[in-house]
Amino acid sequence: MIEIEGLVKTFGYFPVLRGVDLHVERGQFLAFLGPNGSGKTTMLRILQGLAKPTAGRVMIGGWEIPRETFAIRQQLGVVSHLPLLYDALTAEENLLFFARLYDLPASERGNRVHSILQQVGLEKRAKDVVQTFSRGMVQRLAIARALLHDPAILLLDEPYTGLDVDAAALLDHLLTEVAGVKDGIRTVIMTTHDLGRAYQHATHIGILSRGKIGYYGPTSAMTADELPRIYAETVGMVTTA
Amino acid sequence: MQYSESRTRTLQWLTYASIGLFIISFLMIFFYVGPEQTQGEVQRIFYTHLGAFFGSFLLFIAAFIAGIQYLRTRQEKWDDLGLSAIEIGLGFSLINIVTGSIWARPIWNTWWTWDPRLTTVSIMWLAYAAYMMLRSGIEDPNRRRRFAAVYSILAFSSVFLTIIIIRIRPDTIHPVAAGPTSTSEGIEGDFAMSTRITETLLFTIFTYVVISITVLWHRIRLENRAKQIQSRKMKLLLNA
Amino acid sequence: MSATTTTSETTTPAAKPRRLRTPYFQVVASLAWKDLRAEARGRELVNAMLLFSVMAVLIFSFALELDRQAQEATVGGVLWVTIAFAGTLGLGRSLAAEKDKGSLDALLLAPVERSALFYGKMIGNFLFTLAVGFLLVFLLTVLFNVNLFRPVLWLIIVLGCLGFATTGTLVSSMSVHARAREMLLPILLLPVILPIIISATRASTALLTELKTEDWLPWLQLLGMVDFVFLLAGFFLFDFIVEE
Repeated sequence: MIEIEGLVKTFGYFPVLRGVDLHVERGQFLAFLGPNGSGKTTMLRILQGLAKPTAGRVMIGGWEIPRETFAIRQQLGVVSHLPLLYDALTAEENLLFFARLYDLPASERGNRVHSILQQVGLEKRAKDVVQTFSRGMVQRLAIARALLHDPAILLLDEPYTGLDVDAAALLDHLLTEVAGVKDGIRTVIMTTHDLGRAYQHATHIGILSRGKIGYYGPTSAMTADELPRIYAETVGMVTTA
Repeated sequence: MQYSESRTRTLQWLTYASIGLFIISFLMIFFYVGPEQTQGEVQRIFYTHLGAFFGSFLLFIAAFIAGIQYLRTRQEKWDDLGLSAIEIGLGFSLINIVTGSIWARPIWNTWWTWDPRLTTVSIMWLAYAAYMMLRSGIEDPNRRRRFAAVYSILAFSSVFLTIIIIRIRPDTIHPVAAGPTSTSEGIEGDFAMSTRITETLLFTIFTYVVISITVLWHRIRLENRAKQIQSRKMKLLLNA
Repeated sequence: MSATTTTSETTTPAAKPRRLRTPYFQVVASLAWKDLRAEARGRELVNAMLLFSVMAVLIFSFALELDRQAQEATVGGVLWVTIAFAGTLGLGRSLAAEKDKGSLDALLLAPVERSALFYGKMIGNFLFTLAVGFLLVFLLTVLFNVNLFRPVLWLIIVLGCLGFATTGTLVSSMSVHARAREMLLPILLLPVILPIIISATRASTALLTELKTEDWLPWLQLLGMVDFVFLLAGFFLFDFIVEE
């Protein structure tokens, strides 16, 4: 589903990504770990088509970035730590706006928005402006927005940042139930600092360290207790190399 | 970066030529050409004034083209050209404004007047000064180059305005340097040119064009050198 | 790649986008609708711009205590300086709001043409600036005792605001990425919009001082031409501004 070969991205003379190779199968849930500045966010931005790779090849669903971005964008849903929503619009208006941008058929828009609001449990707040929402509710709406056009790939950029315990638990629930992640319908890449949640959700773990993939393997090959050790070793190992 | 032998020699040759031409034009301005009929000795500054204008005009056109080329090709050299051209263009343009002001004191009896030409030239200068501010305000180098290219294209509208304002604003008191204006009535300061004046003028303009190109070339080499140092520093840091 | 085309696997097929890219006009219209809807609810932007322009005009009318003839010659300048400053105020917020909530990224993630996003944003900014322009027509008529209710003047205002919003949207979409963007926006914008401000001011003044048609028509033509050039520049240049 996602194939990355020799991906390099430099900012000026500073290389953020120094030759990343990655292969994500359809239906995989890849948790992408790494310390700050390891290039996680840059990598997601390249996958989103918001940043251009300096060198290397990135294929998503058979389409190449950055040439065939239109086809790719329809297949991408993004949840970030920023809400990507408009404060002054209601939940419903926000979703209707994005439904139009994604060119959902006019006859279906209303139903689709309604049903997705129901799925994330916001149907009672549909007519309220986003300004009045709590952080957790905003994040729920952000997930609704990301799933609106039923994307094949879901990119989650540190979705837990700024959520309290309840909201985070709800996000767990949404990821497993609503996003259809466990059924293998969607391919998911999530960046996070939360090793526990990474292990809980992911089928595979990738660790990025100083611009390269330091570790890659399925979660089935490790126990939850082993992950912190693997993480520390990977991040530490590359630093001393 | 290694430069080819022949290019370096061309640059050297150009540098000597610039110095030579400058001396000759200097001598021409002060000894070859006589004082102008109505304006007297002060008119001699006019040659430098116009020469510097042509220099800056040429450099801003270069920056405009470099901006378009950078957006098309994404080659850093075009950004270097744009930056260098605007930096030097700002200098020439300043010479142009200052000499104009010195000329205006005895002729118009004021250092500065809000004549349309003067206004648009100073706005042009400000637009390119804003270009420098934009560059320093953006941290990501790729974005900086891209925005700079876009802005150098937009800023060119002020150069364009400076050129055409004299044609569409008949109330300017600034002499028309080349070509007829929209009004045919005699404009103040419109000096009939003798052959010697024309010769000196053309020669000075030529001199300033050569100087612009030479300084531009040197400035680009300086930029390359700075980048070389920067990349070596980065390599050292990464290997440390 | 058949596995990811729109027809294969999905729980709700109707939710899939129909076409490879969203129709151009649909993007422009929905973006403009979004800005107007948000503004109609909060009215933050327009209120601030209108309040600012009222204050600016009051200051002008105190500072320039002029006789009637001088007022006719000055009112065009007051009009356009106020529009430019109030407009800059609005522009700064309009794009900063998009960037800080990440919604600019959300727009860029959609399968839409970049230039459609540009024209969508521009329409919002244009209408807000136009609101200031028309408020000023009333205000200046009362305070400066010069009749501004003339169809040609309205045309000048529409064209002037259009050019201002086009250039302003372009420049402010760059300045939002800069450090000290509030400071940088007017510095970057004013030299570039000068052709618009000059031609609009000259056309207005010539019209208000009852000059002949051939005195203001060239300015109006120049204004239209500059508008056209900047509208075209936006089409080509916005892509380069938003890509990374």
